[in-house]
Amino acid sequence: MTAPVVIFAVGNPSRGDDAIGPVICGRLEKWLKNEGLAEQFELIEDFQLQIEHALDLSDRQLALFIDAGANTPAPFTFQRIAPASGIAHSTHELSPEAVLQVYLQTEGVAPPPAFVLCVRGEAFELGEPLTAVAEMYVDAAFGLLIQLCQQADLNFWERATPIAIEEKYQAAEA
Amino acid sequence: MTYQLETAQHPEKLRRVAIDPVSRVEGHGKVTILLDEQNKVHQVRLHIVEFRGFEKFIQGRPYWEVPVMVQRLCGICPVSHHLAASKALDIIVGAKKLTPAAEKLRRLMHYGQMLQSHALHFFHLCSPDLLFGFDSDVTKRNIVGVVAAHPEIAKRGVLLRKFGQEVIRVTAGKRVHGTGAVPGGMNKSLTIAERDELLKDIYHIVAWSRDAVRLIQKVHTQDPGLYNSFGIFRSNFMSIVGHNGDLDFYHGTLRARDENGKLIFDGVDYQEYDRYIEEEVKSWSYMKFPYFKSLGKEHGWYKVGPLARVQNCDQISTPFAEHERKEFVDYAGGTPMHAPLAYHWTRMIEMLHAAEVIKELLHDDDLLSENLMVEGERKMEGVGVIEAPRGTLFHHYRVDENDLITMANLIVSTTNNNQAMNEAVRHVAKRYLHGREVTEGLLNHIEVAIRAFDPCLSCATHALGKMPLAVELVDPEGLVIHSLSRS
Repeated sequence: MTAPVVIFAVGNPSRGDDAIGPVICGRLEKWLKNEGLAEQFELIEDFQLQIEHALDLSDRQLALFIDAGANTPAPFTFQRIAPASGIAHSTHELSPEAVLQVYLQTEGVAPPPAFVLCVRGEAFELGEPLTAVAEMYVDAAFGLLIQLCQQADLNFWERATPIAIEEKYQAAEA
Repeated sequence: MTYQLETAQHPEKLRRVAIDPVSRVEGHGKVTILLDEQNKVHQVRLHIVEFRGFEKFIQGRPYWEVPVMVQRLCGICPVSHHLAASKALDIIVGAKKLTPAAEKLRRLMHYGQMLQSHALHFFHLCSPDLLFGFDSDVTKRNIVGVVAAHPEIAKRGVLLRKFGQEVIRVTAGKRVHGTGAVPGGMNKSLTIAERDELLKDIYHIVAWSRDAVRLIQKVHTQDPGLYNSFGIFRSNFMSIVGHNGDLDFYHGTLRARDENGKLIFDGVDYQEYDRYIEEEVKSWSYMKFPYFKSLGKEHGWYKVGPLARVQNCDQISTPFAEHERKEFVDYAGGTPMHAPLAYHWTRMIEMLHAAEVIKELLHDDDLLSENLMVEGERKMEGVGVIEAPRGTLFHHYRVDENDLITMANLIVSTTNNNQAMNEAVRHVAKRYLHGREVTEGLLNHIEVAIRAFDPCLSCATHALGKMPLAVELVDPEGLVIHSLSRS
């Protein structure tokens, strides 16, 4: 049976904070198993998004892309995304929006509602571990992720706006 | 051949822009165009973050970890690194000749990689440019426009890529981070079920690949004025060639030709590559600039990849691809074609060849054999070379008596093409830059030139928020007077 929610975790575990996606994915996998929710979610971990990931969107109710961000707001952003085609100059990049676009164009129907959880990274050098700051951001993002998985419905996810998240994070820090 | 990237006529009149090592490239790539006092292009530099810190990353590791670790260098072509490293380490474990089953399984994995990579490049990245032209409305010149006009193309691109990924999955164990190849052979063969599953689709894959060659041939030949001249530069070219001079992506000897097609060297055992190739370091780029030692820095640089390979070989072993190679050679008129946009045509010929080879291999029962490993006299040093989708890929390692890596050197395809890409961009900038402004049209044309080579960019780091290609115009005083980026 196809899990109703697909979660893509993107990043290279050997490139510093690019490991944010895989780290969160590993934690989430354990948490889902402990909570008895594993069958509701399919976790897909990869270095980079590519066009074939569009095929993994079929028959889903929700999709989530988890990725590290460079120069993006800290600790993280969470927002709904729409299909968008970007003109790149290399095959080495494909945005979550472009994956939705590929789905739209190949399947001829709208993709499932999709969101991006973008966790800020600070350093991306080969062979470096996750930075201490990024670990803090991961903790913050994981708090939201648990809520999203506990209430995996569109209405709840749409209410989890960046402002609400920021207030929550500030409250947690305080 | 030209060599003007660093040799403006009056460089004393140009102010060099110091580029901080960390912030050199804030996004995926940057082009800096330096003007002279007459607002003419004097220097063009393509900045790409490639491999940094690899040697540090790999040194001190046990050699048997390397084929898996190197896959973390690139999220797009991990199989190429996996196999090039495995080939180098075959030498170290004394496995100069693999078992037939192991070599065929590796070939299957590699040709699956070639198929999926070429399909991704052509159908997703380049077909909008090629089908609508570079000057068309940007909202139309994207894959949505392609789908509207050619509904089957985008779907086929996805399915071709998916098939290639499936070939990789069954040979490497996983779609990414596979462990199929090990020093001395392979650690798994195919099951009958895996083979039969691939056989169900391979005939469609071959047919679609033939269609793709016809499509790009038609596009190219319909507008020779553009396709034969856009960004053109003449250069040497290099690849490995297989037995009898066949096109071979997995194994062979090094062959290089000059811009007229005359042999520079041939039949070179790549264990001795460093007797023929030197790498130059330039202050403004992390990427090295390789050149043939015999010709020197100025005249010895070269291009690699599909355009080099298809013209460097004597023939292709599979019938459909060989037919298409002959068509291409005839079109070129008996001399080497150097137009960067011809990369697309040759890339599709290679995709067709990969599909045909996969079909042949899937009918070979050696793929099911469990005779997968050999070993021999232990060596301290080994070189592995493979033709990756973007061109020749070198992996060179030394190990100590404790089996730990003491030295690693890679020359990746994009590094081999470094000077060539800079040349292509420089020609485009000189042709399409008017005045002191980076226009949308100039940015489009520069992107088209870069896409032809499909460089590896900051391999496997792709974080959201990074800026795509940026083009900066710098005056003789070193001031950035205009810039434009794709956002």
